Parts: sequence; C-alpha cells; structure tokens
Amino acid sequence: MKSKWIMTVLGVALAGMLAVGCGGEKKEETKAEAPKQEAPAAKKLVLGVAGAQSGDLASYGLPSVNAAKLVAKELNAKGGVNGMMVEVLPMDDQCKPELATNAATKLVSEKVSIVIGHICSGATKAALPIYKDAKVVVMSPSATSTELTQSGNYPNFFRTISYDLIQGNAAAGFATAELKVKKIAVIHDKGDYGKGFAESAKKAIEDGKVAKVVLFEGITPGGVDYSAVIQKIKAAGADCVLFGGYHPEASKIVTQMHKKGMKIAFVSDDGVKDDTFIKTAGPDAEGVYATGPQILADNEVFKKALADHQKEFGSEPGAFYSQAYAAAQALLNAVAKAGSTDYDKVVAALRSEYIETPVGKIKFDAKGDAEGVSFSVYQVKDGKYVLVK
Amino acid sequence: MEYFLQLFFGGLSRGSVYALIALGYTMVYGIIELINFAHGEIYMIGAFMGLIVAGVLTALGWPALSILAIALVVSVLYSAAYGYTVEKIAYKPLRNAPRLAPLISAIGMSILLQNYIMLAQTPDFLPFPRLIPELEFMDRFSNYLGTSDMFIIVTSLVVMIALTFFIKFTRMGKAMRATAQNRKMAMLVGVNVDQVISATFVIGSSLAAVGGVLIGAHVGQINFAIGFLAGIKAFTAAVLGGIGSIPGAVLGGLVLGWAESFATGYVSSDYEDVFAFLLLVVILIFRPAGLLGKQRAQKV
Repeated sequence: MKSKWIMTVLGVALAGMLAVGCGGEKKEETKAEAPKQEAPAAKKLVLGVAGAQSGDLASYGLPSVNAAKLVAKELNAKGGVNGMMVEVLPMDDQCKPELATNAATKLVSEKVSIVIGHICSGATKAALPIYKDAKVVVMSPSATSTELTQSGNYPNFFRTISYDLIQGNAAAGFATAELKVKKIAVIHDKGDYGKGFAESAKKAIEDGKVAKVVLFEGITPGGVDYSAVIQKIKAAGADCVLFGGYHPEASKIVTQMHKKGMKIAFVSDDGVKDDTFIKTAGPDAEGVYATGPQILADNEVFKKALADHQKEFGSEPGAFYSQAYAAAQALLNAVAKAGSTDYDKVVAALRSEYIETPVGKIKFDAKGDAEGVSFSVYQVKDGKYVLVK
Repeated sequence: MEYFLQLFFGGLSRGSVYALIALGYTMVYGIIELINFAHGEIYMIGAFMGLIVAGVLTALGWPALSILAIALVVSVLYSAAYGYTVEKIAYKPLRNAPRLAPLISAIGMSILLQNYIMLAQTPDFLPFPRLIPELEFMDRFSNYLGTSDMFIIVTSLVVMIALTFFIKFTRMGKAMRATAQNRKMAMLVGVNVDQVISATFVIGSSLAAVGGVLIGAHVGQINFAIGFLAGIKAFTAAVLGGIGSIPGAVLGGLVLGWAESFATGYVSSDYEDVFAFLLLVVILIFRPAGLLGKQRAQKV
C-alpha cells in the first residue's frame, strides 16, 4: 500500500515538470531526425556538423545544423555534388572538450571527410588533432581563438569568422575611440575563447596608450554570484568593463552591476551577441555593447539564406547561421571543384576558389582564415542588437 | 574599511546560501552516514519550481513580495516531495547494503535528475523574475548590502533558528538526535527510524529549495546545471564545518563564503577556488573532523 502511494507522489511530481516543459522541447526535434532514412543506391557525401547541439550553449550550435541542411537540400535538388547526394550528420559536443574528442572520433570512424565545426574554441582545439591525423577538412563557423589558425599547427582547419586578436582589437578600439573611456576593467571567464579575447583586448588598450587597464581578472564560470569581483571593479574606479566570455556569465555580471548602482559601459564579444543574453538579462541588457561578425544585410546570398530558413523552419536563424551557411557552401564547393574528397585537392580548392556566401565573397588564406570577413560593434536597444559601427 | 565591509557582506550573503544547502548534506550524513549527492539537484528543482510559480503569478499581476512568499512555499513543498521520493527510491532499498552502494546510487540520482530537467525543461538559461523589490530604507546601505542580499541573510537566519529549535525541542527533533547517535538503539527504544530518515530528507530538501528560490531571484537566471557547483560548494562547507554537525554546516558555509569573497577582493578572482579549497585542506590538517565536528571513535 505504502509503495503505491509513493509512486503516485513521484508520478505527479514528474508529470508536473513535464507539463510545463513543452516550451523547451521544440529544439529537440531538429536534432532528433538524423537523416539516415534516405537510402538511394547512389553514393553519398557525408557532411559532418559538430558543435553544441544540447546543453546551455546549444543556441550557438543548432543554427549550424539548420544551415548545413538547407545548403545540402539546395545542392541535392540540383543533383548533388559530383553526382553524390549530400547527407548531413550532426554530432553533439555541448561545447565540452572531452565530448568534442568523442564526437571527432565518431565522425572519423564514420569516414566523414568534411566537417563543419566545432562551435566553441576550447572544444575545437581538443578535437582538431584527431581530424588532422585522419586528414579531415574542418571548417568552424564560430571558433575564434587566435592560435587555431595563426599558430600554423592545424593545416586542415579553416573558418568563416574572423579571430579573437582582431575582435579584441575591435572591442578595445571601440571602447577607447568611440566611448572615450579612460579606465578599463578587463574580465574573462578563464576559457580559451574568453581569455584569448581579453588578452588581445588588453594588449590593444596598452599599446593604444590613451586608456589604462585598471583590472585584469578571470572569474569562475557558473559561479553563484560575482559580487566580490564587481566590488573590485568599483574599487578600481573603472569607467568601462570589457568582458571576454559567454552570455550566462555576462548577464549575471551586468545584472549585479546594475543592482549595485553601477552604470558604466559594458563591452563584450560575440559570445554575448546572442538573443539568449537579452532574454536572460532582461532590462539590464539595455545599452550593452558586443562585437560580432559583420552582417551584410544587402548581400543577395545572405537574404536568400535568411528567407530559406524562414520558409523551412518558420523562425529567425540563430547565432553564426550565416557563417555556418558559408562554411557549408565553401566546403561543398571545394569538393565539387576538386572533383573528389581527396584531402590535398579539397584544401587547394578552398585556398584558390572564390565563392559567394552570406558573409561575402570569400576564399581562404594559407593559414585558414577567410579573407574579407571582419567584426562590427552592436548595442542592445529596445531588446535587440543594433549596429553601432 | 568600506571595501572590507563590502566584501564582508558579499561573503555573508553568499555564505548563507552555502549554509542553507550544506544543512541538508550534514543532516543526512549525521543520520545515515550517506553523502547525498542528489542534494544539489533538489536545490535546482526548487529554483525551477519557484520560477514556474513566479511566472504564472507574475502573469496574473500579483505584487512581487506575495509572489516570492507563495513561490517559496510551493517550491519548498515540491522539493520536499522530491527529497522524500528520492530517499524511498534510491536509498531505502540500500539501507543495509555496503556503504559504497548508496553513494553510487546518489551520484546516479544526481545525473538522472539533472538530465531529466534538461530534457523536460530546456538546456538554455532561463530568466528568473526579480522577486525581491528594492526597499527604500535600504538605500542608505546599498553601498554595502543590497535588498536581495539582506533578504537572503535574514531568511537564512530565520530558517536556521527555526531548525535549531525544531531539533532541540520537538519530539521529532529528539528522535533525530537519537537516531544520529545510534540507529539500532533508537529503534530498540521505539523510535520509528524510517520516519525519522524521511523527515530528515524532507527538511533538508526544503532548506535547499529556499536557497534555490532566493539565489534564483538574486542572480536572475537559472538552468539545469546550477545544482552541481552549488552542491559541491555546499558539500565543502559541510565538511569544513564538520560533517554531521548542524552549527558546523552554518559556520562552514559562512567561512567558505568569506574566504571566496576576500580571496577575490584582495588577491584575484582567478584564485577564488584555490583559496577556498586551500583553506579546507589546512583546516582538515589541524582539525580532521572539521571546525565543529566531534572527534569520534570509529564504530566497529
């Protein structure tokens, strides 16, 4: 008798959570339908898409999967690439390095020769050696850590986004030249991405000599509160905070700064330039500056990619959608131009063939960075990011 | 001095939340010598329930403070039910098993609850409504202590005093102390041990839920993973204060909160966790049973 009662309590408790959870489940659908069911006898070309497709940074990774699917669908309608149908194979890493190596190993064992990903710099760095050994061409829409390309360690790595050194310079330049602040507190989340951005920004500020870095500190991601570090920013007399990291920490810091009555400028990176940030920080997000990849609103391919997403998924695409779209186009175009998935030929094609993408007409330089992409500065106004510079 | 006080109060409010969660760890350990790793998840579930209630009531246009009160009550009840159920499902069948078995079961429960909430709710961060209004008379102190900090400290204080009275002066409290001292003897003199253990889980979970709602309202966002770090920190606080000791958990929580706050303020936030855990190691070297833990001979 007693156990029956207990099970009823549990049942009610669990059902209660499920009933209100419908909002979150929509996202699951996109990744649930692994495109295995198409089985035409013709040969197929598998395009791996690795990145955060679940977990708290899923909003950065899921748009890539959508972008890859749309590009694949369009090419398949025209007869595929070199007569092969393109198939998208999503692989989740939750932006965690340890899961990224698993995802990479899995993609390699499935004999995938081209991969879009990964999303976060730390995860990308962890996965790249595996791809390199297997001669897989990898192209990230969002991993901006400077060393990934500039160190020259990963000749198989490309990206359709500019990198942190440039982004840090852009943010520092904006703060000193446009906001005309004199004392800047540089805060980061100790991760590959956040720290890289913060260090290049710090260097740019110090080299610029018009403003001073009054504080340079790392915080623990996921911490309960950041009141101590905020007191420190206040005590240092900073008139601007430059933050390198992702939106969960950024929204906590901004909210708590406002609670303490600090109304100084907050400048951050493309890890914060995401609508999830505006949603969680609410009214406190107003006025926050963030750098992000340049948006070419007049570009024809950009408009088409946007319209296709609206038609197929009925919603606005999320972060790094254009970059992922461009990556899918560039990779598949390179395979088509190379006539095969042979590693050397694909790499050569990526470096020589221009292609029209949502981020502009691009090809890749010897280190793997896309030529002609850069960063702009955005500000939250009335709950939306608008272009400032 | 001003800077010192700011850090002091920041550490105090952070430490109070650690203490609230640490109480759950320490009470359960005191009675069945089990480290309930799923406790951090109960804290997270409490925060989610608070968010759901607050969301509904905000839509209905209720005043903020009454929403806070109702959200607290509902999430306390809900989390208590969760704590009760978790104990019955995951720990009770293993009551007489070797001590490692319930520990593994606790870790499993923690992973299960975390992933369940991630799938059933959302992996994203959710905004938590600002339930704690800025009170006007607090303006004078806002340099040191925000209204929400004060709320956290006062609520924790009230809850802890109530708990102390409960343990000291009620029948159930007496039964708990008896069970903690010796389960078999308590059973022999007619204490319903199963009931006592259930009550312990219910109380521990309720405290965690209070912490969850308060921190949610203070920080302004929650997701499925917040229980992990909070749980680890609270567990550290419980060990620091002497696991099994109730005043120890409170002291441990406060010491940990202060250690982190001052380490950030005077050294660097890069070393926040380093100092917190260094302190733990040093204290355990000199007082292996924790600050207020009693040195007891091992039961054989």
